[in-house]
Amino acid sequence: MLAAIGAKSIEELFADIAESTRLNRALDLPAPMSESELRRYIGSLAAGNWHVGDYTCFMGGGAYDHYIPAAIKHVFSRGEFYTAYTPYQPEVSQGTLQSIYEYQTMIAELTGMDVSNASMYDGATSTAEAIVLSVITNKRTHVVMSHGLHPDIRSVCGTYTHGQGVTIDEAPVTAEGTTDLEKLAELVTDKTSCVIVGYPNFFGTIEQLAEIAKIAQAKGAIFVVHAHPIALGILKPPGELGAEIVVGEGQPLGVPLSFGGPYLGYFACLEKFQRRIAGRLSGMTTDTRGQRAFVLTLATREQHIRREKATSNICSNQALCALMACVYMSLMGKEGIREVANQCLQKAHYAQKQIAALPGFEPVFTGPFFNEFAFRTPKPPAMIQAALAERKILGALDVGRLYPEYQGVASFAVTEKRTKAEIDDLVAALEVVSK
Amino acid sequence: MKRLEPLIFELSSSGRTGYSLPALDVPETEQAALLPGVELRDKPAELPEVSEVDVIRHFTRLSQLNHGVDIDFYPLGSCTMKYNPKINEDMAGLDGFAHLHPYVPEEGAQGMLRLMYELQNQLCEIAGMDAFTLEPAAGAHGEFTGIALIRAYQASIGQGHRNVVIIPDSAHGTNPATASMYGCTTVEVKSDHRGGIDLEALRAALDDNVCALMLTNPNTLGLADENIHVIAKMVHDAGGLLYYDGANANGTLGWTRPGDMGFDVLHFNLHKTFATPHGGGGPGSGPVGVKKRLVPFLPVPTAEFDGKRYYLNYDRPQAIGKLKSFFGNVGTFIKAYTYILEMGAEGLKRATEDAVLNANYLMAELKKYYLLPYDRYCKHEFVLSGNWQKQRSGVRTLDISKRTLDFGMHPPTNYFPLIVDEAMMIEPTETESKETLDRYIAILKEIDREATEEPDKVKGAPHTTVVGRLDEIAANRKPNLRWRKEG
Repeated sequence: MLAAIGAKSIEELFADIAESTRLNRALDLPAPMSESELRRYIGSLAAGNWHVGDYTCFMGGGAYDHYIPAAIKHVFSRGEFYTAYTPYQPEVSQGTLQSIYEYQTMIAELTGMDVSNASMYDGATSTAEAIVLSVITNKRTHVVMSHGLHPDIRSVCGTYTHGQGVTIDEAPVTAEGTTDLEKLAELVTDKTSCVIVGYPNFFGTIEQLAEIAKIAQAKGAIFVVHAHPIALGILKPPGELGAEIVVGEGQPLGVPLSFGGPYLGYFACLEKFQRRIAGRLSGMTTDTRGQRAFVLTLATREQHIRREKATSNICSNQALCALMACVYMSLMGKEGIREVANQCLQKAHYAQKQIAALPGFEPVFTGPFFNEFAFRTPKPPAMIQAALAERKILGALDVGRLYPEYQGVASFAVTEKRTKAEIDDLVAALEVVSK
Repeated sequence: MKRLEPLIFELSSSGRTGYSLPALDVPETEQAALLPGVELRDKPAELPEVSEVDVIRHFTRLSQLNHGVDIDFYPLGSCTMKYNPKINEDMAGLDGFAHLHPYVPEEGAQGMLRLMYELQNQLCEIAGMDAFTLEPAAGAHGEFTGIALIRAYQASIGQGHRNVVIIPDSAHGTNPATASMYGCTTVEVKSDHRGGIDLEALRAALDDNVCALMLTNPNTLGLADENIHVIAKMVHDAGGLLYYDGANANGTLGWTRPGDMGFDVLHFNLHKTFATPHGGGGPGSGPVGVKKRLVPFLPVPTAEFDGKRYYLNYDRPQAIGKLKSFFGNVGTFIKAYTYILEMGAEGLKRATEDAVLNANYLMAELKKYYLLPYDRYCKHEFVLSGNWQKQRSGVRTLDISKRTLDFGMHPPTNYFPLIVDEAMMIEPTETESKETLDRYIAILKEIDREATEEPDKVKGAPHTTVVGRLDEIAANRKPNLRWRKEG
């Protein structure tokens, strides 16, 4: 090969690397390992972790232990899907493009929106992109966001929009665990670009979307809802309650917990925004042979064409996670998504009622909740968490670590995976460990 | 025989199900009673009603309509479509990683945190940087993080007015888009006749408002800038910082380090350089490394070690905030970490050398048939032009690419970089054998012949794929982004 190139040595090919910048030593890295050594060593790093196959999980806070149907792994592990890239050549990417189109349809159905994009990095960045879309649409730079949104979402939105001169005000949370509507109404003005709340929020409480929509609409602000996708199996879709953009964390839709990522952010909106939406979109069209086919579309929004004038710098989605979500929603179907949501609701309410009966456990909020709820605990949450872990239970998320004003508050999430026996074990353990 | 597949909605049959849920074994209460004052869904979401076998067959058939690295050559320039070793997937799939909740007590995630901590340190060594954040989810996300870090640092030393980002005309579109997203204005500097930055143009652009120079090195022409140390000094002397877009790190890894070239901030694409799969467009991962003076501004949390235990450090008051929920695309970290351990220092350097050897071999053979605008040794990729074919018979780069599909290979990146007319950006990567490269050369030689002798065959390509060229104009004019149930 060197002869064909006309070079005498490999070194010659690197002659353009300035001498002063060369690394004239080997990188200081561990010696290479064979596959069997890797399995042993990396296996040992995995072995000590308290994973949900071994521990009964009542932790939530933005990531949930829903059951992942077996078929999902078999689909996303196909090399044809996971070793492909962004479908720039649609003639050899119909698998990815059609699955994205199906995913977009399912997300639109679930949220009650007209359209969805191909997915984004996660729920927090989707929320930040909703702000960006609002700001470029109505040219306003003030945002009102519920304090009940996950702290990571609020932080990401701040980081993301800081450079664009956006100011964000937070509306406080009441004793019900929902956004204070009076305070919200005071904060929203005719300079407000969008209003954002959770559905349910970080505490698991379900906001009064129709009321909030009225407040936003009265000032011409865009109403953005961050929704738990499984809850939408039974809750009225935000699109029917005045939301114009619906975003959320897609992890509950068949994506492994994986210590916080990769997940996917879904992003859905009304059709009027579709030419300004960030991220990839798969659209239906026809080919030269008159067949129905799919292609990435509305690319003039994007960075490779618009460069500094693009709507966003995004040039990828979380395609493989969107595929997982698409397979999940296909398997669950019309009936399954309702049933999984109902089981979360029923089991969470059963658990909450049992815990509320324990001495020293006081519910923090009085509002309606979906599958997550908070208690003031008789002992510090960290202590309870550790004691539960000894019994192979994960729970009592220490809310005070994320919300300094809620010291001594623990939250619990219950999914369809939990059995009555597991819930009863949790309750019994809580009783013992808090004595 | 590949066939188009109906939409999953068209396979739907009322009442059919594909799920398996445990029994509801707690007493059931009416939903309205549990959720007073909450409005409930009155009609179900129109998700498909299909069985598990319907789902498996549907998505298996769809997969067969895709091209991937596991099928054949995928020389998509600047995307580094190298083979992804299967052991990486297995390691990321271990229960202790894949099913670990992000809020598990630190004691229950020591192995996970150790992996993140060690990966941060390995990337520091590879990049010549002082600290890394693993949080950004992609290259563009890393760029955004980098510009945010630079601006936060400059604001802290009373230089917050600096808002001009200098970008070469050969840069990826994400660079200017990123600068704009962070409220910066961009100044484009042109490339010189050798494909590097024109030093005079750079000098003219440098003033007291310069925030940073964003540079890909080797650049999108696949050429390393021989003047990099001069460029770094010029930018630093003007009070600006240097951002390294790591998209092309596969061209010099182990030979030189961005930190030693003078860069202050960089991102690596784990899904390119470190062999994690591209997933059909993600998830990727774009960790960002910085020099000492920028460390206090890194997003929270970073994985750290106090000599006894690994922990997540949130106590960093000057941090720019968070870029993503939790800690980044952890599954991707595991794959990259596995890769680094499998390769070792020598293996990583060897990968670079093989990538560069493969690219130069392809370039030497293909310049016999296609115009090579910048004729000097390339690094991991190079850019050809389809101009000879265009002038000869009106066959364009797009046609050549579509014809390549008929031979079962993926075409290069087309029409990029913008500074080359009819550009074909070719990146073979180190994981391809000489036999594969020779097969690709033979295909492009044949297409060159066809372009002269049977140009319509090339212009009408592809002929053998499941669909022909698509009507993108119609897709744009009247977007159809979702299926709707009729009636």
